[in-house]
Amino acid sequence: MSTTREIEDKLMVEMRGVNKWYGDFHVLKDVNLQVRKGERIVICGPSGSGKSTTIRCLNHLEEHQQGDIVVDGTTLNNDLKNIETIRREVGMVFQHFNLFPHLTVLENCALAPIWVRKTPRKEAEELAMKFLRRVKIEEQALKYPGQLSGGQQQRVAIARSLCMNPQVMLFDEPTSALDPEMIKEVLDVMVELADEGMTMLCVTHEMGFAKTVADRVIFMDKGQIIEENEPHEFFNNPQSERTQAFLSQILNH
Amino acid sequence: MTGETLVSDSSKVTDKMLPDLPPPANSTGVIGWMRANLFSNITNTIMTLLAIYILYILVVPSVNWALLTADWIGDSRDACTSGGACWVFIYNRFDQFMYGFYPEAERWRIDLTFFLLVIQVAWLVIPKLPRKGLVSAFVLFVYPIIAYYLLYGGSFGLNLVETHKWGGLSLTLILAIVGIVAALPFGVLLALGRRSEMPIVKSFCVVYIEFWRGIPLITVLFMASVMLPLFVPEEVDFDKLLRAMIGIVLFQSAYMAEVVRGGLQAIPKGQYEAAQALGLNYWKMMGLVVLPQALKMMIPGIVNTFIALFKDTSLVLIIGLFDLLAIVQAGLSDPDWLGYSVEGYAFVALMFWMFCFSMSKYSQHLEKHFHTGHGSR
Repeated sequence: MSTTREIEDKLMVEMRGVNKWYGDFHVLKDVNLQVRKGERIVICGPSGSGKSTTIRCLNHLEEHQQGDIVVDGTTLNNDLKNIETIRREVGMVFQHFNLFPHLTVLENCALAPIWVRKTPRKEAEELAMKFLRRVKIEEQALKYPGQLSGGQQQRVAIARSLCMNPQVMLFDEPTSALDPEMIKEVLDVMVELADEGMTMLCVTHEMGFAKTVADRVIFMDKGQIIEENEPHEFFNNPQSERTQAFLSQILNH
Repeated sequence: MTGETLVSDSSKVTDKMLPDLPPPANSTGVIGWMRANLFSNITNTIMTLLAIYILYILVVPSVNWALLTADWIGDSRDACTSGGACWVFIYNRFDQFMYGFYPEAERWRIDLTFFLLVIQVAWLVIPKLPRKGLVSAFVLFVYPIIAYYLLYGGSFGLNLVETHKWGGLSLTLILAIVGIVAALPFGVLLALGRRSEMPIVKSFCVVYIEFWRGIPLITVLFMASVMLPLFVPEEVDFDKLLRAMIGIVLFQSAYMAEVVRGGLQAIPKGQYEAAQALGLNYWKMMGLVVLPQALKMMIPGIVNTFIALFKDTSLVLIIGLFDLLAIVQAGLSDPDWLGYSVEGYAFVALMFWMFCFSMSKYSQHLEKHFHTGHGSR
């Protein structure tokens, strides 16, 4: 729950009346979401409920057809410049890590600073080592991703995102593809990141993480935000029937 | 088993680690291999013996003809007395097969050109040597200019050697190298264009690729050498070799584009997304993330296309350019050497095979070199 860390009044992410269709299929229905700087949001819900699509719209990996999305003061529209600005400020961690298999761990991390931020190579590598140390994997820096375990790869993926010094981090089911014994090492890194005040939006099924770290939990179903509450209330006193049904399914097995 | 203690009916515990033992003797080594692969049952044994017999009746006479009873050195066909292959024909005309009708006094220029190329390629191929980026830039942008002036001449005090005098293996190599070096980048651009979301770019690339893939190379060469001069004013005199080169590059880049497109399609969507999420724009995403992986996967396909291109260069003989095959054929119609076509064609085949096989071997080496452990997961 909220620690000494402060949440500022500044809005980092704002979605207003966002709608999206895949062909005729209405995937996002009037999604409204405000995230302030330093806030930690967990989005949960059954599969196909549009939670991944929601955060993927924030850095334009998916295009929304209606509504406004503003990230750190920049409006997301079809202007390529705005998209690039937003992507520089928004880090993303994927379910399947998506490390670049032809580059070493170090090169994976230094790539974007060098080519997007124009950081000199040496500086970029120092930066990369700093974040690899932070996710406790610096000894693997010269290996290729294919030589690492899933948990190690995901930690590298987090370090790679952090190297761009993002204002917001998006996590798209970061532990879903991991073997059970590796989930903790990734969650530990995420908790640490949360404690440092990073603005985070996490799509995850890790309810333990949601309970201890989130400022707000958002429940989505069928493309809609159904319920939004602080974690204690959300888990102990869910209002909507669909939330209750979902929670009973994932918590009591 | 020993070392195993029975605790209860359903639980087993062992505290003794079993040592590593060597495999049974008859399952490894030459004899084991032969037993498993050649003589595993009656049918296989019969097939093996039959294959050995066929090899025997084919290989022994060939070796006899080509090596043991062959004549190698001499001045005329009179030197061929032993009844085997008459390599004297190749020996006598070797210079012509290599250089075509390039003036004898100027042939050092061809030697120098290819010597320079070999040094640069060796530099790039040997892993320990530094500054590969600089050398590749030199090979791609500076060397062609040097090669042009060396081969064609006309300035820097070098005599002009018209391209109709070029020929032999050197012409084959020039056509193949120009084709290979130019077709790859064009092919990559066409493949990217074909996958583009911009409708005009996409349709241009689709039409281009489908057009060139739909016509035979011979037609392209005929068009380039016979039809093109009819359409351009008479003063504009394209060199015939240049026209053939352009035809080959246009044709091969369409094939290359399809090979590259296959590789691009094999890159998972997540790679594009990760690159985009990091803020890389289209060209950086393609150049730094997608193409390096795709090209690596495409090595067999690309080399396959290169080998096909290398052999296709011999088609230029129908528009009157004397590549290796054409010049050997011309030599065969010399009245002094009638009747030695088997030797001639065997020589051409051997030369082509040597180059194609080296390319194939090098591609296998590259595949291993670039393997970074992914794909195993």
